[in-house]
Amino acid sequence: MRLYLTVAWASVRRHATYRAAAFGGAFANIVFGFIRAYVLIALWQTKPEIGGYDVAAAVTFCFLTQGLIGPIAVFNGGLPEVAQRVRSGDIALDLYRPADFQGWLLVTDLGRAGPDFVYRSIPPLLAGALVFDLRLPDSPAVWLVLPVTAVLAVVVSFALRYLVMLAATLLHDERGVSSAATILALFFSGIMIPLTLFPVWLRPIAELSPWAATIQVPADIFLGRYHGIALLAALASQAIWALALLGIGRMLTARVRRRVVVQGG
Amino acid sequence: MRAYWLLARTWTRAAAQYPASLAMLTVSQLVITGIDAVAILIIFQHTSSYAGFSLPEVMFLYGTSGVSFAIANALIGTVDQLGQHIRAGTFDAILLRPVPALVQVAADQFSPRRLGKLVQAALVLCIALATLDVQWTVDRIALVPVMIVSGVVIFAAVWVLGASYQFLAGEAAEAMNAATYGGNYVTQYPLSILGRDAIRALTWVIPLAFVNWMPALYILDQPDPLGLPGSVRFASPLVALLLCLVAALSWRAGVRHYRSTGS
Repeated sequence: MRLYLTVAWASVRRHATYRAAAFGGAFANIVFGFIRAYVLIALWQTKPEIGGYDVAAAVTFCFLTQGLIGPIAVFNGGLPEVAQRVRSGDIALDLYRPADFQGWLLVTDLGRAGPDFVYRSIPPLLAGALVFDLRLPDSPAVWLVLPVTAVLAVVVSFALRYLVMLAATLLHDERGVSSAATILALFFSGIMIPLTLFPVWLRPIAELSPWAATIQVPADIFLGRYHGIALLAALASQAIWALALLGIGRMLTARVRRRVVVQGG
Repeated sequence: MRAYWLLARTWTRAAAQYPASLAMLTVSQLVITGIDAVAILIIFQHTSSYAGFSLPEVMFLYGTSGVSFAIANALIGTVDQLGQHIRAGTFDAILLRPVPALVQVAADQFSPRRLGKLVQAALVLCIALATLDVQWTVDRIALVPVMIVSGVVIFAAVWVLGASYQFLAGEAAEAMNAATYGGNYVTQYPLSILGRDAIRALTWVIPLAFVNWMPALYILDQPDPLGLPGSVRFASPLVALLLCLVAALSWRAGVRHYRSTGS
């Protein structure tokens, strides 16, 4: 356990250094946040409420989810750093370590997300709040579970990207597989447009997908759309996806491990 | 110019060595950019008139912006990698070769997969043109290719401006996405959804309004939220030329300012 904490902390420190790049990214997130907000405001001018959102919720959704792009990282496709290590052969070193391969990568990714929540989630919300009336959580229960849903979202996102990485390793095609994964994530996470606007037949499918658990579900929790049992159920849905996807990843790791050929001489 | 095509051909042949991967990447590029179009369709599921524009009208904006952006991106999009070249020290090698640095950076990693977006945007534009309810006079028809070419030039100039800025701040690559990809995104929609100050900024500061919004106002016979004189709607080629000039000057200033990395 101490080993994993040390690894996570090292990852936090490593990613906390790239402040200029992170703020550059946050700036782009903010600009897109404003455009997305105005796109939705124009739609909400035709009706006061769509899919359970009023205009304040819709605008908040835009800035909040723009801020989640960096830390959740689900749109990155796979795990580019690991793919690079597969290519270079350094992966042999990772498989050799006296630590669990998947666990090592998971804590590294959680450590990466930490500084990103600070550098990239807060600026878009602040910028949005300067111009619009944003809907902040008003119940203490929601504030309490925010860290939980955020961590679960990162874990689900990691588990998805881990599977993509395995598939890319098996198929020897990193870019194709990871862009297919990005397409699914863009569509089903709610970042393109809130899932609440989806047509009736597609909405339940999208909302139950693992991608929704990375962006739409945490955003809905932040917006206070879940209370009591429903709040717990939303967290449970994230936890179930996290466990299921991590489990599948574990099973497949053993298989892929046998297929990895390490070059050397 | 010849050097550009030579480099582009070489990169294309390199990419063609992996035909399956190239096909998959082109298709995925097509689908990724198509997601934006789906977003517009979903919006029109909830309303028939969006900020005073019909679905074919918004599709027209989407198509013209997308086609211009895709061509500019394929031709010159890789200039946003300039920061990487500077950091890795490869820009020194670029300056040594007897080909303009801008041509080399623009043709670097040229990939036909970027044309996946062009196919998708052109498709949307064709559907829009076929379904638009517009009195197609000669000047309106002539304005469509003019706006697309001006759009390509404006987007390309914005890319070069962004790259020039990286001579000062190497980490700016992601922030520049706001102007290029953000510019493409915002011009897919009627600019009237923005506040007036934002439209002013997009007209006079970063003149993305001239990519498609201004000429489209004339073609679609829509009112201008800023109430500018009618002749402004035909100013796109002029704006494109001016912006090109500014971009060229700032690129040259950037190259002069450049000092190699290293301690």
